[in-house]
Amino acid sequence: MDYLHDINAFLPGVIVALAGLVTITIDAYKNDHGSIYGLTVFSLLAGLILSVMDMFGPVGEAFTGMITYGGVSAFGSSVVLFGALFCVLISREYLSAIDHEYGEVYSLLLIATAGMLGLVSANNLIMIFIGIETMSICLYVLAGIIKGQKIGAEASLKYFLLGAFSTGFLLYGMALLYGATGSLYLTEIAEGASSDLLFIAGAALLLVGFFFKVSAVPFHMWTPDVYQGTPTTITAYMATASKSAAFVALLIVLSKMIPAETANWAGVIEVIAILTMVMGNLIAIVQDNIKRMLAYSSIAHAGYLLVGLAAGTPEGYSAVLFYLFAYTIMNIGAFGVVAYYERQQGLDFTDINNYVGLGFKKPLMGVLLSFFLFSLVGIPPFVGFVGKYLIFAAAINAGYIALAVILALASAASVYYYLRPMVYMYFKDPHKDVPLVRSGIVFRSTLVVLAALTLYFGIAFGDLHNLLSSFYTADWVTHLVGQ
Amino acid sequence: MFENYLPIAILAGVAVVLAILLMTLSRVLGPYRPNKTKLDPYESGMDPVGDAANRYSISFYLVAIAFIVFDVEVVFVYPWAVSYLDFGPGTLVSMIIFILELYVGLIYLIKKGALDWDLKKGMFN
Repeated sequence: MDYLHDINAFLPGVIVALAGLVTITIDAYKNDHGSIYGLTVFSLLAGLILSVMDMFGPVGEAFTGMITYGGVSAFGSSVVLFGALFCVLISREYLSAIDHEYGEVYSLLLIATAGMLGLVSANNLIMIFIGIETMSICLYVLAGIIKGQKIGAEASLKYFLLGAFSTGFLLYGMALLYGATGSLYLTEIAEGASSDLLFIAGAALLLVGFFFKVSAVPFHMWTPDVYQGTPTTITAYMATASKSAAFVALLIVLSKMIPAETANWAGVIEVIAILTMVMGNLIAIVQDNIKRMLAYSSIAHAGYLLVGLAAGTPEGYSAVLFYLFAYTIMNIGAFGVVAYYERQQGLDFTDINNYVGLGFKKPLMGVLLSFFLFSLVGIPPFVGFVGKYLIFAAAINAGYIALAVILALASAASVYYYLRPMVYMYFKDPHKDVPLVRSGIVFRSTLVVLAALTLYFGIAFGDLHNLLSSFYTADWVTHLVGQ
Repeated sequence: MFENYLPIAILAGVAVVLAILLMTLSRVLGPYRPNKTKLDPYESGMDPVGDAANRYSISFYLVAIAFIVFDVEVVFVYPWAVSYLDFGPGTLVSMIIFILELYVGLIYLIKKGALDWDLKKGMFN
């Protein structure tokens, strides 16, 4: 009876993990069989539908309090599954175009997604650790999935070594927190929180581990190399789903485990947020490789998200959740169009200088890329604007005027590098006639759907925002009463 | 307070005596044929001095990885088996699920030819 309740509470994760196991078995018997892709899409879609329904359902705990369901967890699961689903939809054509469509890619994506679902539902430090590791180990392999390619091997090894190192910090932090409070449950740690050195050191090390996973400055060094070396659609997955999962977990840890009165974490996060926004945007300006540019832009976006966390109010948290969703939509789209250009023969289409005149050759792709880049800049009526506005407002209302000002200035600086590919695409003549291959129907419609979503949630954001605020405040109240 | 440590002291004493006894016995009773190889440091049967960039089969790593997987399985299964009566029968299901997951890994390992030592037929050509 209990079992059924537990499994039902974590049903999206169970489905995705089971699909991961089934696909790897299929792959063992029939190498790279076509049904693997179908099963992957089906299970991710089923999980997505279930977790979206879960958002409107009750909030509670399962597996002896190891995980929570409903509310923030359900929204985090939805974002992760949304990102995974759309990345899988664009992955197939890209990977078969570059001749590396392995069945293992889908199995690893599914298992990583299951890890992320555990991470966003975590209510216990051990669950967080298992989630992060399940996700990261699959991503290390995915980064180097193209055998014999040097840049991929470099990405994979760098990611693995630095990731393993940061995991050490994370785990040590958890050990110290356990030593300081005698519990691994987030709420019990909050009750036992004190300002003695053991607790502070544990929390600080835990935060270092998280800052690495969300690639906040100064723990961002791996990001550009890994994003550049990984196959582009997998990069999209890393940049969106895994980052969202890590951010939701960080949000849960900050809001549930480390009460503001014990330690002034807002100060730490404020400094890291400023560094991340400034560094990410400044370095992105000088990038010529579009994948590196998007990597630094993802660092900058981590900075914006940290502003919302620094605010530390329910308003700030719901703004962060909204922004994660917005970021997932537009970033998958941007990486998707880059993946489309990149698989063309003749020129290195990760170099922005080679984007000259592309906008007129394939008008649809040009328009789509413009949509996603405008949304990343944060120009109305795209969803990026709403997300940025909500975070900005939350920072102002929480009294972080300086942070809000830096956020505005940093996004102003970002206009330069986001618009640069568009300038090349539309205002320069192509210097060489390179024939562009037409994209497949699934690939194209996936990107069109994403573009439509950037527009839809940019205009009709009210319902989603109300939903996020409502269940966050409900969570917040139970959390305060629980203390 | 110190009498609590008496068993440890006895154990340490027995260990020292036993070590000395065994070494003396093997020296007295065993045949004594010294040669140069016996002075080499023991490195799991590998030549301790040589080129650092030595090439050897990648199967070595695969077997090591597979070994670690089942090693970790044992680490989980033993404590579970010992405390089974405390945990209750519900944990049997969890353990079966856990072992089935590992079994999927084993199937994958075998079907992909990772344990195929004939490199011409395996996955490394």
